[in-house]
Amino acid sequence: MDSNSLYYSLELVAGTGSTLSVEQRAALQTSLVMLKKNYKFHRVLFWGKILGLNSDYFIAQGRGEDEMQDKKNLYSLNCMDWSLLPPATDSMIQDVSKAAKSRFIGDPSYVYEYHEKKPEQEDEAGENEAAIKVIEEIRLAVTVHLIEEEASVVPRGAFVKSPLGVVQINRSFGGLSQSEARKLDSFFHFSKAKNPEKSILEIGDLNPAIDFLDVLSDDIPKGSWSLQFECASSVCVLRSLLWLGLTFYHVPMTPQHGYIYIGDGAKNLDLPFML
Amino acid sequence: MDATQDRSEPRLQSAASLKAFMMTTSTQSDRNLYDHLTRLLMKVMDEQPQNAVDVIEDMSHDVKRTFFEDEQSTLRDLNQTTAAELLAEQQRRLFAQPAEEEQEEEELMEPSALPNVSEIGFYLEQAGVGLGREEMQRVFLALKQLVGSQALLRCRLWGKVLGTESSYIVAEAEYGEGEEEEEKSFEEVAEEEEGEEETQENEMDRLPQSAYKPPPAVPKEDLGTGTNKFVYYVCKEPGLPWVKLPSVGPAQVTAARQIRKFFTGRLDTPVVSYPPFPGNEAQYLRAQIARISAGTQVSPQGFFQAGREEGDEEDEATRDSFEGIPAAKMAESLSTWVHHVQHILQQGRCTWVNLAVKTGEDSEEGEAEEKEELDEPEPEVGPPLYTPLSEDAEMFNVPPWTSKMSSTLTSQHAVAVQRSNLWPGAHAYACGKKFENIYVGWGLKYAGEGYNPAVPPLPQKEYPSGPEITEALDPSLEQELVLKEALEEQQAAIEEMEDMDDEDDEEDDD
Repeated sequence: MDSNSLYYSLELVAGTGSTLSVEQRAALQTSLVMLKKNYKFHRVLFWGKILGLNSDYFIAQGRGEDEMQDKKNLYSLNCMDWSLLPPATDSMIQDVSKAAKSRFIGDPSYVYEYHEKKPEQEDEAGENEAAIKVIEEIRLAVTVHLIEEEASVVPRGAFVKSPLGVVQINRSFGGLSQSEARKLDSFFHFSKAKNPEKSILEIGDLNPAIDFLDVLSDDIPKGSWSLQFECASSVCVLRSLLWLGLTFYHVPMTPQHGYIYIGDGAKNLDLPFML
Repeated sequence: MDATQDRSEPRLQSAASLKAFMMTTSTQSDRNLYDHLTRLLMKVMDEQPQNAVDVIEDMSHDVKRTFFEDEQSTLRDLNQTTAAELLAEQQRRLFAQPAEEEQEEEELMEPSALPNVSEIGFYLEQAGVGLGREEMQRVFLALKQLVGSQALLRCRLWGKVLGTESSYIVAEAEYGEGEEEEEKSFEEVAEEEEGEEETQENEMDRLPQSAYKPPPAVPKEDLGTGTNKFVYYVCKEPGLPWVKLPSVGPAQVTAARQIRKFFTGRLDTPVVSYPPFPGNEAQYLRAQIARISAGTQVSPQGFFQAGREEGDEEDEATRDSFEGIPAAKMAESLSTWVHHVQHILQQGRCTWVNLAVKTGEDSEEGEAEEKEELDEPEPEVGPPLYTPLSEDAEMFNVPPWTSKMSSTLTSQHAVAVQRSNLWPGAHAYACGKKFENIYVGWGLKYAGEGYNPAVPPLPQKEYPSGPEITEALDPSLEQELVLKEALEEQQAAIEEMEDMDDEDDEEDDD
């Protein structure tokens, strides 16, 4: 969520159970402003918190000219000193998925090890054991990247794609209406569209400047998003059941929207059993 | 020149007075002639109709009609109350001031059933847990309403369980003595239904009865003891009426331990799972609440003290002379916190029940002898009541609790917070003499890497196999013919033997 709206938007997502203490909020407001100046971001978002066993990571995201391409993630342990996270590559994702299991520890230099044993060459076991080592910082970068890919949400119309391909905020977005906000197809994933081929009939009603992202209702398995109205039915809250802890809020008929992730950074692979 | 000027002045004057006359607004409608003529001539200029002089009356009518202001709109106001408005109506009652008499009574009553609500909300916010300030306030007012409507001894906010369609706000309450209601349990209702079915069968021919006796059901704990020590009320949103949850039985706790399902938010949703859960979402919610309470309700050591032991139950009493433990110490070591809710045994209850003894009384003589020969099952023992957290077992290589201080910058006034890793969402805070537990989460336990659903048991053997029922192939035609020939040969051989014997006999006789 935007650092400018941090004051009130934390109250709107607090329905999931986690908020930030007043001290942390104050610290964030100061440090995010400094961050914006130092890194020359167009805007800074407070992305969320990943809970570890010993301490928690606070994650911030800076956006540049193109909202989708120019994203930089930063982390901090105390809301004041921020360090840049490396962008996640495919090899990093593979290593992390093999090596890093169970919860985050809370120490960015903690090393996860995974020994790959090749059964054909058991005689030379000592030489051919490939140990994949991953430090927690990389794991953090990969987790944030995956959550962004799979669970970031924006309402329809909030972002426009210019003819040059640059994605920008739509300054004339007035908010979804009450009836639109109750339907899951008014919300999009904010990541590179992997659209399944849609028939011309379906595309006919869509506007290519606005509808260039994947719709949430196309997610598999169906039912992996929970749409509710909270705070005396004035705020539309979407919670992801795949990444437990991701909360998206939108106040209908206003341009206020945002999402935050506060959780332990684990994907809920048991989802099909639980629905 | 003078003449023209002289003539123009009165002319101008009369023109001015005519204009003033034309601009007087009519008494019947809110228009004046001057504006009307202006608009009419502008319309003529814009449209330039043919034969304008002939259609000028119609055009005048049209101009009047366009500026006709309807006092009554043809559309009726549709009173559509949105959901937000409905909820606001109900929540308005939360803020109603009680009558003056009641207010005086409340001030006189010393320990009120309600805890200090704003204080708890403040500490929870320091700890990073909570529902947002306004929502917490509404929840606490709803609790006050609950206390007022039911005569409760004590009531506190247990927490919030999130669901896919809506969420539950859960309140924990304790009845005063002698005010417990007896409920018809799910099992008793089922037994009544079975009784009716049996009488119907007796009228018709009896079907063969199976000799299978299901294992005896573990009895439920009484209200006020063990898992049913407290009564729980839920509501969807603060302001809506509170619904009482049924008491929990051991079968439900055992089943809940094996399944992993989200809550939907409606209490009557069936829980479709394997192993099948005995009950609806209301029972499942109650079972999970019981498990979470048993696992995560903690307090600073020494706050509760064990009263006199009567049998297996221990009484609790708050110690008024409890001096708080400093927050820094509470955040450092886990042994300063203790569980104050009894652990649930494998059986599904807090106190163990020996089932073998019970069945021995009920069964017939023959079976009674068999049962006595079996070994007595070993009583299950759980950790005693005030076990410190340091003795909690680790699961999946994850320590069971994470401790934090709410603030590192002002640590002299900070709050010590414990966060459970086994039940994500369970928090406890302590600050001096005050402490509180709360759960806000999805109602599920941490399952490590992945959840393995229970496998259905192997199919049971129907009948012990022996030679009588093993199938054999029927002999084929050739085999039967061969057998027949062999038999006939045997028969012929025996007859020859007999003939020879007869002949011998006859010869002997001669």
